[in-house]
Amino acid sequence: MNTTVATTDTDGKTWGGGNEPLKASYGKMMMWFFIVSDALTFSGFLAAYGFSRFKFIDAWPIADEVFTHIPFFHGNYPMIYVAFMTFVLIMSSVTMVLAVDAGHHMNKKKVTWYMFLTIIGGIIFVGSQAWEWNTFIKGDFGAVQTKGGNILQFGEYVTVDGEKTFKRVAISDFTTAGHTERVAHEGKNGLWFIGEGTLPVYQVSDVVKGMEANTDVLVRTQILNEEGEKTILSRAESLKQIKNNGKAVVQGANLQVNEYGSPLFADFFFFITGFHGFHVVSGIVLNIIIFFNVVLGTYERRKSYEMVEKVGLYWHFVDLVWVFVFTFFYLV
Amino acid sequence: MADAHKLEIFRGLVKFKSNTQKIWGVLILLSIITAVEVVLGIYKPSWGASMVLGMKLLNWIFIILTIVKAYYITWDFMHMRDELPGLRRAVVWTAIFLICYLVFILLQEGGYVFDVYDRGFIKRDF
Repeated sequence: MNTTVATTDTDGKTWGGGNEPLKASYGKMMMWFFIVSDALTFSGFLAAYGFSRFKFIDAWPIADEVFTHIPFFHGNYPMIYVAFMTFVLIMSSVTMVLAVDAGHHMNKKKVTWYMFLTIIGGIIFVGSQAWEWNTFIKGDFGAVQTKGGNILQFGEYVTVDGEKTFKRVAISDFTTAGHTERVAHEGKNGLWFIGEGTLPVYQVSDVVKGMEANTDVLVRTQILNEEGEKTILSRAESLKQIKNNGKAVVQGANLQVNEYGSPLFADFFFFITGFHGFHVVSGIVLNIIIFFNVVLGTYERRKSYEMVEKVGLYWHFVDLVWVFVFTFFYLV
Repeated sequence: MADAHKLEIFRGLVKFKSNTQKIWGVLILLSIITAVEVVLGIYKPSWGASMVLGMKLLNWIFIILTIVKAYYITWDFMHMRDELPGLRRAVVWTAIFLICYLVFILLQEGGYVFDVYDRGFIKRDF
């Protein structure tokens, strides 16, 4: 393993360089200490997420109700897709460690092949993450935000197999009244420095009309009850809440609003998975560089595949972080 | 580094013939753990809702399983098992100590802020 380190004539001396008390090369050790600092960065973010969650412990969104989609399939499948993503990342970790192992045996062909598979796995993961973001940003049912910034969602009781269950309904399903027209403010016909984003399709007044027309529709608040489910209001309470406190119709999630509950949930989701995704992307770039070096025979001539081992460490670290993100965003 | 891999996991309970075999073995272990987590996460059995040390039992199980996974990723995929104790401790203990410290302080504070809202000294729901 020492073939990459220039050993001068200091062999056998304690000081003067070339000595490896921890039996690890300089580069590998520095990769480890970089990983420690990066791990602390991520735990800072995750602990901040925990702080916000403990602050709103009785009103936090339930992940199983937020991430329920699978590409190309309709219906309600919580967890399945993110489990697939986790598996892809673990799998690409495995091909990476196999590449490292092949490197120890100086098997160029195998290293090339396994590095290639690792890169593919990384690309699949980032693609899935992008899809996940897209679904989250688009949202599905829509909700009404109150003056206090809380979220009111809609649903009705339906009987499935003789059991009465609460089923969410989308705002667009019961708000059939012709929606109120309002012209979006544009810079050219008013204050030029004030812009306005795309207006939501429905106003709160439309939702009120829709609720009055559909007598089954009830409001569900953010507050979790004893069973860990969101509180469902009575019909009278529902109408009262919407009429008195409703402020804006929210569809999907972004950095300001979040139809699933506290905007902080969306903020942390975007920030932490985004930061992790950024790590995956830079890992893919590093892997590609190393892949070409392997193909060109750089490490063959150097008689050591230690560079593969170093990027391998980084790549496993990305997997390690995902294991924690998976737990704290999707499971707990 | 001539193949100086330690080829056993579970403190020697499971031994592998080669490093490649060990990698696949660890993959199987990690997949099983993930599958258990996903199944528990989807079905949320009712016994998991009981509170243990201020948190749901199910959440404790998820966190412990995550740490188990993290252990095998670090020890076997990142070859921490084969490093000298000095390097291992410098990396692992530093991180664990600082992370525990940070998590304790922030969660404690978060719980306190919740209590302040909850007791109604400050009202946020209107």
